[in-house]
Amino acid sequence: MAITVTINGEARKIEAAPDTPLLWVIRDELGLTGTKFGCGAALCGACSVHLDGEVVRSCQILAQDVDGRSVTTIEGARDKIALAVKAAWNKLDVAQCGYCQSGQIMSAIGLLSQIAKPTDDDIDKAMDGNVCRCCTYHRIRAAIHEAAHAI
Amino acid sequence: MTHSSLTDIFKLSVEAALGQPLASAQSSRRSFLKLSGAGLVLGLAAPQLDGPALAAPAANGLAADAFVRIAPDNTVTVIIKHLDKGQGAATGLATLVAEELDAGWAQIKTEFAPSDPVRYKNLAFGIQGVGGSSGLSNSYEQYRRAGATARAMIVAAAAKEWGVAVREVVVSNGVVSIKSGKTATLGAMADAAAKQAVPSKVTLKTPDKFVFIGKAFPRVDSRAKTNGTAKFTFDLQMPDMLVAVMARPPKFGATVASYYATAAEKTPGVVAVVKVPQGVAVLAKSTWAAIKGRDALKVSWDESKAETRSTADIIGAYKALLDKPGTSARKDGDAEAALAKAAKVVSADFEFPYLAHAPMETLDCVVRSTGSSAEVWTGSQMQTLDHGAACSVLGLKPEAVQLHTVWAGGSFGRRAITNSHFVAEACEIAKAYGKPVPIKVIWTREDDIKGGYYRPIYLHRVRAGLDTAGNVVAWHHRIVGQSILAGTPFEGQMVKGGIDATSVEGASTLPYAIPNLSVELHSVTIGVPVLWWRSVGATHTAHATEHMMDLLAKEAGKDPVAFRLALLKDKPRHAGALKLAAEKAGWGSPVPPGTTRGVALHESFQSYVAQIADVALKPDGSFKVVRVVSAIDCGIAVNPDVVHAQMEGGIGFGLGAALRGEITLKGGNVEQANFDTYAPLRMSDMPKVESYIVPSAEAPTGVGEPGTPVVLPAVANALFSATGQRTLRLPMTKQIYKGT
Repeated sequence: MAITVTINGEARKIEAAPDTPLLWVIRDELGLTGTKFGCGAALCGACSVHLDGEVVRSCQILAQDVDGRSVTTIEGARDKIALAVKAAWNKLDVAQCGYCQSGQIMSAIGLLSQIAKPTDDDIDKAMDGNVCRCCTYHRIRAAIHEAAHAI
Repeated sequence: MTHSSLTDIFKLSVEAALGQPLASAQSSRRSFLKLSGAGLVLGLAAPQLDGPALAAPAANGLAADAFVRIAPDNTVTVIIKHLDKGQGAATGLATLVAEELDAGWAQIKTEFAPSDPVRYKNLAFGIQGVGGSSGLSNSYEQYRRAGATARAMIVAAAAKEWGVAVREVVVSNGVVSIKSGKTATLGAMADAAAKQAVPSKVTLKTPDKFVFIGKAFPRVDSRAKTNGTAKFTFDLQMPDMLVAVMARPPKFGATVASYYATAAEKTPGVVAVVKVPQGVAVLAKSTWAAIKGRDALKVSWDESKAETRSTADIIGAYKALLDKPGTSARKDGDAEAALAKAAKVVSADFEFPYLAHAPMETLDCVVRSTGSSAEVWTGSQMQTLDHGAACSVLGLKPEAVQLHTVWAGGSFGRRAITNSHFVAEACEIAKAYGKPVPIKVIWTREDDIKGGYYRPIYLHRVRAGLDTAGNVVAWHHRIVGQSILAGTPFEGQMVKGGIDATSVEGASTLPYAIPNLSVELHSVTIGVPVLWWRSVGATHTAHATEHMMDLLAKEAGKDPVAFRLALLKDKPRHAGALKLAAEKAGWGSPVPPGTTRGVALHESFQSYVAQIADVALKPDGSFKVVRVVSAIDCGIAVNPDVVHAQMEGGIGFGLGAALRGEITLKGGNVEQANFDTYAPLRMSDMPKVESYIVPSAEAPTGVGEPGTPVVLPAVANALFSATGQRTLRLPMTKQIYKGT
């Protein structure tokens, strides 16, 4: 089916089977590979993007459900909070293998958009759905506090 | 994963794949490739191979011989011979060059080396590849020499151009200068430098002159990994590329009996269905079409040769072996006789499950084969083996196959695979399809979790004796498990006298002064493929030995730290790490209410790690690890922040397995499939980590693995201290901890 989706602020028309997960639309159709496949079942958060400003797991959102909606990926996350989060990630050298970090960052931006100064418990709740097998959690937590402070 | 055994494995594998002997691992004959007009390129020249050169330099031949490239635009490109899968190889190797070149950090760029077992071999292995936490240690002098040589040529060029003596030229932070005020960038001097004689000898800096080594500075890959631009194999997109997803046997050792492809072929986007020795692959124009096509396949499997046992059966068979003497891996004195005479004997049986590695980026590989040549892209951890496997499957000579190493989304051992099965499989699919388009083979998470190559199940029985003064007089340790190396073509050469060193390391190398010590092994053959998992033998031996030490300390009425130190009088590096951790954790001072504290110490890959865990016990018998203090002696810490990162991550990785990691089989079928049933460590499980490094002038040793195995016994010892309960069966969530 033909779908119109605003991706990182730009309206794009794409052709996709209605049941195609948004993840594969973003990666295969739109060529934006910063959003990752990790589990295909909303268990790891590597595919996290913002759909109309909300953090979602793009592997569970169908193409047919994004028609007329707005999607932000890691490549397009550029508002004040996003820039602070990315800067904190860089400053603390959070990434190891880096594969999950796009999803971690999109979830962290979502958290800081809701709660300006999250506690450790807030971070646990917001970030528990994002798996990092390198276990960079220690620095992710520190980077979220750092970004909150910078904003 | 001992270095000597790896060297042998790799040599044999490469020779098998290439049908020719590999040249001996020498790099003494040095010469430098110099190109004018394009800056300075240098590296170690290849010793002569007995056969044709393995990796022919491709169109970008400029980089193919080199470790360092300085371009007129002032970028310094460091060629990284090892895969970076998060451990920081690119940052570490670039640091070594920057140090001796006196480059500015901002001008450093990195690039993965092509496959070339001569120029880019791991000096500890003899072929190109990394494992056993050897990436930095084997490169420490080599990359510094490359930087120093480039610097010497830059200096010679500047001296000539400015008409001064070489000793008057200063290089600092990427700027070449002399006292009169003349300055130039490295890039501006690169063309002239390329015309200078290559120095036959360079002097490396003494540690007091280090600008980069031992200092904290940023990773080279952070920016690309935080803005979505870092390209992993999964992210490669090329014109006409097809994506392949494969149906693999549900039981290990089963093969395709027949398959029905019509439904798969009818799936929109599916282009072809091909049968290969490993299973049936669906090729499609998009990832989603390939996944749907694979799900629509109907495959009947021939399970006549498959492993059909359950893990309960396997463990039952292992338990019977625990009662029987095994093959001796170490024998000091007479442990049995000493046990018979001991005042007290403490005995414990341990059980460790299969573990999957589950890197965030599942296995993947891109192959484009024309029939007469091919290119392969993957997060190649063992380039020479992967290259050899591709040549073998495609029937091409090494110079006709280019292997490109790509950033990998984790490995933890999974990509260091002696049979290169996932590269071979991708090449089989390309060969079966037969058209010269790029094919990206991806594994789903279910494929990954169910795909085998697990850390083996191990059972241990440790019996130790104390005399009336509380001294350890005897230690008898018996281990049962699959050999990681058995069942590979290298079994005959590598499993010597019935002992696979990877099964017993950490137990056979017990550092404590115990006069009567026996370590025995039963190696069992099971049809489940197994593999090294971050820290290899230490994943199980560290827990069995270090938990046992606390059981003994309690029986002897001694403090666990003092008890260990008394047995480490001849092991200053073990003792040094333990003392530092104890000091930083405040060992001996009261713990917060509701909290209990435990210690453990273990050496792996020549690094010494002590960890002290603070564990909060909950009324329901569950617990949370709240703080881990870690101390490592890894020789010179080239980048201390990367060392800390590896300790933090290693602790999390070890703790995740300790808490919930377990792969089980029922009737030969793997019972876990994804991150719900194979549950990883998550944010709320992660303790605060305080990492410390023992100051050292020794050569650098491994940091990727040694942080992983120590947390499990530290946590178990904390729980033992509070509850008196032993942790004998992993994962720990199988147990409720309630006590005093």
